[in-house]
Amino acid sequence: MQTATLTEEISPRPLPWRRMAGVIWRQHRLALAAVTVLLGALAVFLWISGLQVHHAWAAAAACRPAGSAGCQDLAATFNGTWNDMSIAAILLQVVPGLIGAFAGGPVLARELETGTFRFAWTQGFGRWRWALATLVALAVVLAVLTAALGALVSWCFGPFSAAGNQALGVYGDSPIVLVFGLRAVTFPAWTLAVFAIGALAGMLIRRVVPAIIAALAAYAGLAIAAVAFLREHYLTPLIASNPNLPGTAWVIGQWWTRDGRLAFAGNPPDGLTSTYCNFAQSPPGKSAGTGGGGGGNPWAACLGPHGYLNWTSYQPASRLWPFQWIEGGWLLALAVLLIAATLWLAHHRAA
Amino acid sequence: MNVVEASGLGKRYGRTWALRECTLQIPAGRVTALVGPNGAGKTTLLNLAVGLTPPSAGEVTVLGGRRAGSPAALDGIAFVAQDTPLYKGLSVADMLFITRSLNRRFDQPYAHARLAELGIPLRRRAGKLSGGQQAQLALTLALARRPQLLVLDEPVAALDPVARHDFMATVLSAAAAEGVSVLLSSHVLTELERVASYLVLMSRGQVRLAGAVDDLLAAHGQASLEELALRYLRETAPEVAR
Amino acid sequence: MSAVTVSARRGADGQAGPRRLPWRRMAGVTWRQHRLALAGVVVLLGALAVLLWVTGLPLHRAWAAAIACHPASSPGCQDLIGNFGASATGGGKTQGILLQVVPALIGAFAGAPVLARELETGTFRFAWTQGFARWRWALAKLVALPVILAALTAAFGVLVSWYYQPYAGGGPAGLYQNSPFGDLFSLREVTFPAWTVAAFAIAALAGMLIRRVVPAIVATLAVYAGLAFAAASFLREHYLTPLVTTSLELPGTSTAWVISQWFTKDGRFAFGGNPPLNILNQYCSGGKGAGPSFAPCLAPHGYTQWTSFQPASRLWPFQWIEGGWLLGLSAAIIAVTIWLVARRAA
Repeated sequence: MQTATLTEEISPRPLPWRRMAGVIWRQHRLALAAVTVLLGALAVFLWISGLQVHHAWAAAAACRPAGSAGCQDLAATFNGTWNDMSIAAILLQVVPGLIGAFAGGPVLARELETGTFRFAWTQGFGRWRWALATLVALAVVLAVLTAALGALVSWCFGPFSAAGNQALGVYGDSPIVLVFGLRAVTFPAWTLAVFAIGALAGMLIRRVVPAIIAALAAYAGLAIAAVAFLREHYLTPLIASNPNLPGTAWVIGQWWTRDGRLAFAGNPPDGLTSTYCNFAQSPPGKSAGTGGGGGGNPWAACLGPHGYLNWTSYQPASRLWPFQWIEGGWLLALAVLLIAATLWLAHHRAA
Repeated sequence: MNVVEASGLGKRYGRTWALRECTLQIPAGRVTALVGPNGAGKTTLLNLAVGLTPPSAGEVTVLGGRRAGSPAALDGIAFVAQDTPLYKGLSVADMLFITRSLNRRFDQPYAHARLAELGIPLRRRAGKLSGGQQAQLALTLALARRPQLLVLDEPVAALDPVARHDFMATVLSAAAAEGVSVLLSSHVLTELERVASYLVLMSRGQVRLAGAVDDLLAAHGQASLEELALRYLRETAPEVAR
Repeated sequence: MSAVTVSARRGADGQAGPRRLPWRRMAGVTWRQHRLALAGVVVLLGALAVLLWVTGLPLHRAWAAAIACHPASSPGCQDLIGNFGASATGGGKTQGILLQVVPALIGAFAGAPVLARELETGTFRFAWTQGFARWRWALAKLVALPVILAALTAAFGVLVSWYYQPYAGGGPAGLYQNSPFGDLFSLREVTFPAWTVAAFAIAALAGMLIRRVVPAIVATLAVYAGLAFAAASFLREHYLTPLVTTSLELPGTSTAWVISQWFTKDGRFAFGGNPPLNILNQYCSGGKGAGPSFAPCLAPHGYTQWTSFQPASRLWPFQWIEGGWLLGLSAAIIAVTIWLVARRAA
């Protein structure tokens, strides 16, 4: 027997990441195609609707003399576009959830359910690297596609949160309220978060359809929590006394003080308004449908002389992008955390 | 009576003929071995016989003239497909219940006794059983239906030698005691040797040889089934049959 | 092997058509195979029911307070009316629109696996070689499951109708009202189960054609979205010929569903929808316009406004019409699916 000097490496060099590109494409091209078709259809819808919306808004804004019957009609036309777009704004909320759940749920669950993980995870590439490559590649593709659509959403709904809508007498709302979760940063962020939830659910539950359902349920819960509780606290709201807020401000709360102490929160009680204010009907701006925090406070004029001071906490529209980055940030952190957990699970246990 | 009669039977998938010009009369009361290399058309022939798929050409009848797939045929034939499909999410007890519900005859005491013998717990999910246990469960369900014909597609592929032996012993005793005809396809020729009395040899979608084992061995001067099969298949196809 | 007693005689040999196995055999089979899906549906509807109940009570209270308040024109009562309006148009509207996806989700997730899972996992080779004929097996499942889903969703639809009952009108002037034909129409006692069953049927057929569960679910959601959009945008207004009137006061003004409006002059069609700008500026330029209706300033000049609408009293006929064609469609789709099952398999 000859003595040979062995120069072999202690452990072989890992295979290059780009090997996974074709693998991921072949395994997930159906899902990616479906996502592209869906987003494409939505893009066409948003483009066509957006042109109508912009057209109507431009016509209403440029109309002279303001307040004439003709201009009022144009304003009504623009408000009419909101009727349909408001439904779209609500229905579109399900899209990040659907995309994330249907894209993320099967990634690991399908392998585990059908047993093909016994093939995929015994190849030379290595188990957690396989999972990391797949999850990251899919996440990046989804992020790019949904970011593009989010930009289109922001453009399409732009006229509904334009400055000066209130003066025109048309519908206007805060951009932090209107389709906030569907904008250029938040749309991909939500999609990625649900994608990560789906992947982790798939790893834990090991069956595709239950993983998808779990991801959808988690998305519903998270979205409700974000809208109802979290969003208003991303930055400390500005507080001002009896401000004349534009329609694009998001009014969080109102309260009144008298002699430096809290008198009441929200709207004045009946007793006060009947004593000091004599509106024939509901004060203007109070009726449903104009949206936003428009105008000065209607009771300020009649309650002010009696010592009541109005305080309003609000988020100005200028905070749109900071809010986007904050929401996008925690969603992305959540996604990274969940993907890390998924990878750890894939690494440590399987069969 | 012939348990399976095929005349000019053929099946096409797209433009490929998986089975062509198949003419067979498989007699009752025997254990028939269906032998051939991969892609020979064994699974296709079995699927046609149990009525899972309609023929593209010719016809096939079972159990003395009943149309394959008809209620009368389904009644008398029990089929265990390749990879023993079971509802992985359901328990063994659930599988028993479902089989009993969907059939005219079901020997519940027999099924329970056999599962107890095999040590397969009733409460466990079918997906959690070992491969061998799943095959045994599928066979138990099939035999409990008291069929006239038992059709098995590669039944012993997943079993270890001991389990394989027990499986075939069960099949044999059912054939002997209850008069159940058996049609099974397999690669494992050494096992078939002891059990099969009728042979159908297939390759490339066509039947090459069919007949009683004793007659064939005498006619071709071979000592064993394996030798006969190997020699015949080597002559007609380049692939090696194992 | 120990000798065991066969519990039933060996069946008839070769006779044509032995007596069929009874349908009720499929009850336990269907339950065992689909209990998880049904449990999921119950959990989902239960959670939504709790949500509707919890958010509906304050809504009803606000409504009761608003209509009980007298005199209606006082600022206090106007405030209550405004409160009700705010809560009715806030979360209530969002909820109503998001609930539209529930029939689609239930039908898709419950219906797609029925056939697709058998085909995808290969268990059809077991299920369709039993003594119970294949088409009967499919028929039993594709009738029993939709019936159960219809019952559950009909009960839920009753709750939805209760929730939105304050919108139905009748009350002091200025109280928020909504046409029952709007977003909430497909969530009611007849339409909710009808849409769910339709989604189930589409999913079953998709499962049979596509043979894979998740793609079948996705295809079902896509087809359902198209169907729902078509029904809401085009079909619904034509169920019964709309009433036409020249009166400016529609019966139950805010609850009627205005389909279209147009103006005539001297008996001939003048223009549809809103008046063109030149006519507006000519006749209605004095002061602020008359709001949504230009009829008062145009009437003196010979223009008559016509409105075609569906009154709220037609709610139930419309429900039955929509439920009817959806049910017919579902039956047709299920029939096609069963025919496919009987015809081909492997």
